[in-house]
Amino acid sequence: MLVSINWLKQYIDLDDITPEELAEKITKSGIEVDSARPIVDQIKKVVVGYVKSCEKHPNADKLNLCQVDVGDEELQIICGAPNVQAGQKVAVAKPGARLPGGMKIKKTKLRGVESQGMICSLQELGIDDKFVQKEFVDGIFVFPDDVEVGEDAIKLLNLNDTILELELTPNRSDCLSMIGVAYEVAAILGKDLKLPEVLIDSMNEDAADYVQVKVENPELNPYYGAFIIKNIQVGPSPLWMQNRLIAAGIRPINNVVDITNYVLLEYGQPLHAFDYDRFGSKEVVIRTAKKDEKIQTLDDEERTLKEDHLVITNGKEPVAIAGVMGGADSEVSQETTTVLLEAAYFDPQTVRKGSKDHQLRSEASIRFEKGVDPKRVKEAGLRACQLLEQYAGGKVLSGVVEFNELEVIENVVEFSSDQINQVLGTNISKGEMEEIIARLRFDYEHKGEGFKVIVPTRRGDVSIVEDMVEEIARIYGYDRLPYTLPEGTGHAGRLTEQQQLKRNIHRYLQGSGLNESWTYSLTTRKRSGLLVSPEVKALNPVPVKLAMPMSEAHSHLRLSLLPELLASLQYNIARKQADLALYELGSVYINRKKGLISLPEEQLRIAGALTGLWMNHPWQKETKAVDFYVVKGILEGLFDYIHLNGVQFEADEVEGMHPGRCAVLKVNGETFGFLGQLHPSLQNEYDLKDTYVFDINLEKILEHMDKVEQFVPIPRYPSVSQDLAFVVSEQVSSSDILEVIKDAGGSYLQKVDVFDVYQGEHMEKGKKSIAYRLLFQNPEATLTDEEVDQARENIITSVKEKFHAELRG
Amino acid sequence: MKERLEELRNEALEKVKKAENVKELQDVRVSYLGKKGPITEVLRGMGKLPAEERPIIGQLANEVRESIAKSIEEKQTQLEKEALEKQLREETIDVTLPGRPNTVGGPHLLTKLIQEIEDLFIGMGFEVAEGPEVESDYYNFEALNLPKGHPARDMQDSFYITEEILMRTHTSPVQARTMEKHEGKGPVKIICPGKVYRRDTDDATHSHQFTQIEGLYVDKNVRMSDLKGVLNTFAKKMFGEDREIRLRPSFFPFTEPSVEMDISCKMCHGEGCSVCKGTGWIEILGAGMVHPNVLRMAGFDPDEYNGFAFGMGPERIAMLKYGVDDIRHFYINDVRFLKQFHHA
Ligand SMILES: [Zn+2]
Repeated sequence: MLVSINWLKQYIDLDDITPEELAEKITKSGIEVDSARPIVDQIKKVVVGYVKSCEKHPNADKLNLCQVDVGDEELQIICGAPNVQAGQKVAVAKPGARLPGGMKIKKTKLRGVESQGMICSLQELGIDDKFVQKEFVDGIFVFPDDVEVGEDAIKLLNLNDTILELELTPNRSDCLSMIGVAYEVAAILGKDLKLPEVLIDSMNEDAADYVQVKVENPELNPYYGAFIIKNIQVGPSPLWMQNRLIAAGIRPINNVVDITNYVLLEYGQPLHAFDYDRFGSKEVVIRTAKKDEKIQTLDDEERTLKEDHLVITNGKEPVAIAGVMGGADSEVSQETTTVLLEAAYFDPQTVRKGSKDHQLRSEASIRFEKGVDPKRVKEAGLRACQLLEQYAGGKVLSGVVEFNELEVIENVVEFSSDQINQVLGTNISKGEMEEIIARLRFDYEHKGEGFKVIVPTRRGDVSIVEDMVEEIARIYGYDRLPYTLPEGTGHAGRLTEQQQLKRNIHRYLQGSGLNESWTYSLTTRKRSGLLVSPEVKALNPVPVKLAMPMSEAHSHLRLSLLPELLASLQYNIARKQADLALYELGSVYINRKKGLISLPEEQLRIAGALTGLWMNHPWQKETKAVDFYVVKGILEGLFDYIHLNGVQFEADEVEGMHPGRCAVLKVNGETFGFLGQLHPSLQNEYDLKDTYVFDINLEKILEHMDKVEQFVPIPRYPSVSQDLAFVVSEQVSSSDILEVIKDAGGSYLQKVDVFDVYQGEHMEKGKKSIAYRLLFQNPEATLTDEEVDQARENIITSVKEKFHAELRG
Repeated sequence: MKERLEELRNEALEKVKKAENVKELQDVRVSYLGKKGPITEVLRGMGKLPAEERPIIGQLANEVRESIAKSIEEKQTQLEKEALEKQLREETIDVTLPGRPNTVGGPHLLTKLIQEIEDLFIGMGFEVAEGPEVESDYYNFEALNLPKGHPARDMQDSFYITEEILMRTHTSPVQARTMEKHEGKGPVKIICPGKVYRRDTDDATHSHQFTQIEGLYVDKNVRMSDLKGVLNTFAKKMFGEDREIRLRPSFFPFTEPSVEMDISCKMCHGEGCSVCKGTGWIEILGAGMVHPNVLRMAGFDPDEYNGFAFGMGPERIAMLKYGVDDIRHFYINDVRFLKQFHHA
């Protein structure tokens, strides 16, 4: 909402406050003022001049040489505008004048002839093209005859105004009108309010003889008032009205249209003027549209209507889309002499539907959508009649032809002053509260220790005690609220187990050299099904697509964090960042039913993607590229850190992964993720070199984690270590051998580590050697050689037997 | 003989003193203390001495021997020490060469900020509550006093999946869900961080995905001044003790009264500058007293309980606090961005 300070001054005395101060006060009291700016930039010394004569410039065809009387002197001005003529009253920038944009006017010579100033167009005076009356768009502005020569044109054209731009929240539609803003400002400043008085000289003729009103859907149109105004002379509206429309961002058209727009701005009530003679009947019928019914609207578009659109008809065909836009056929024109003026209350949602479907958001529809003040509908119609009488020569017929089932509800709110003070934490006296209510111009009675407030209909947003708390608080001032802290029972806050686990995982992975990343949850259809962990895939998830995505790139819910994480690698590599280790902790969304009937299961996962060098210390020849075992080591460390014991890495194939370099993760027999190298063809798709990834299910970790931490005595007896190397087929996996060793090693076998793997020269083809270091320890006593030898023998025998292994040298 | 021994001693000590390395020292030892050495020789000739002189000479010879031996030993230690020093000097390395990198990663700026805010409120007795990102229309809108057709739904154009299911547009549904779980009994004191989604085209200041942290405190006799006090504590801890706050009335369907909180501009301290668009204040969060309809729908009796709620955007806070100039930085994961915020 654009608010002209000059206009506002008609209702309230604002002489003792600057626009900036006012803006600040309005903002602090609840309505954000986006800006307070002069209607045009710095402008001075522009006056009304009378063009006494206008002749062709002796040396230029397209220029005119004008003698202009500006009151105290006569100036010779050269003007290029096509519409300049002798006898016009025009805006003259005298030498020494300044125009918006910083232009300074000086005496100058044009083609050998002196020019002592400039005759201005509205654009040159700083008015935007789109607000300039059509007849003046391509030339200079011409004043009506009744202005005085030498008068200050800046004042006459309202170019000394300041415009406040209000950012209205949806509840404050009352301020979509100048009167509403005046009420608000009067309450904030505690000032008197002077509102327009509506007085009409009605004719003897009855409007009812000219028109009937029939409403077929009262719930969508509870009030419709039709006024008839005869004797209309269409022409320009008065300058002050045009100025105010321009200040509010509306282009003046003619007096009839300008008056309906003016009342819309003043009362917040949209009106529509039909040309009575072109209306097509003597009957206004309001009904819902028929399927595929058509209407040609004012903007010359043919529009197809739907059954839930409300239309105004002449009994036969639609003449307007209710609250949205009028039809072209019954539009007011230069020839109009009788006007049928509509003042109505349309159902907000119906108007919203219509304006949305036709993509027509007008000043009218915006107001209907928010719900207009039911008490001001008819009054606004009368106000327009008054103005048509004053400024369009109109004669108003007696009576309003109306349909009226509009329920006018005045909200009543009762409260005690204690109640208000309790909620705010304040000690506002009853007297001060009363003053605030009075300033808001709400009706009230004293009731016990408090008030019974009757809320005016213009403030439909105030209906419960809490609303009154806000009204009182905002006028009282939030600055004056004390700072306190909750007095409620002591309450300790802490993280849940899962939240703590998440933080621990972050800490570990970051400490291990990985950078936390955040990617979008919404991805492409293709990526949503890529690199899905086997245990998720086993659930047969059905892709979830947005009903109306903004783009294909963000159209589907992800089932894995990896595809977008890989895109982040790709982004970095394209920017010459070669060694990368990223991870993300976030949700995937698993929908198991066709069509989304219930909410998808959201599963927290943690995924990482690594490429390039893991360690780069070239001058000491220590450089290590990321490989499977780097990633595995990170995960093993993680599981150790968070107490997840017994994790198994099983070779397996996962779609999108290198078939020979991939393992699924299992704990207690349950799969909970995977790791390995990306399939080279997928690497290619992302422009990546060898890239290793992992993806694990955080909820499964929580489920299987060892949550008890208990002290274990430090061993007091020495341990014995033994090395064993076996030659086995290269098909045999190390973990299988390990299992057998652990089984056969007896209770003193504490730890088994692989310390060497060999394959190649001096080794039979298809065979490999794996060397293990065994650590034996008896917590109760020193181990004897016999005990160790026995265990060692058992291990050798078992491994030989199970894997056709040979003990190596 | 006595003289001879003294002479030998001086001679030997002189040689020890002059010895420049272990080998020379060894030679001194062999030539003076060896079995064929001059002292042994002197002792051998002792038989010729009168009996009463023998022990005196014997003792002297031993003394000479010992003092030579001691001096050799001392010299030896000294030479070894010198040799070691010399060797160590030869082992000198260039301490200015780079160390073996021990790369640590780090948190994402949003995680860092969210954890900081979580910890701040945990310190004030709040718990952290989480909930689904894919929500029902009921929890996302209706339970928050936004019935179907409410004009404020316009304010947050949403990503619907079906008519009843959508990507949550704020973390407020977590509040509704948590309150329901309390079955009408307070206090409820939570903050809800999480991802939210809106139908916005991504640009420098808009993102279709972003984060929110909302807080809720429901109890008996909660006052708006408590909200002001808690937010003030938060603002000072988060942005600096010298920052002021102000509350401005605003509108949210789920709170009444509703306010927006500004903090004084760090750049100009309230004077007005380009950062604060000349106002001296920067908008940080929205807040208010929980609307009775919201309490009622979540099973709380608004006559018995009331509460406050607030909500803020970590991206916005990060942009203000660290001067990040484009919201897309948070989701592109350029490592040159990520690594800027890895410091402890
Ligand atoms: Zn500033």
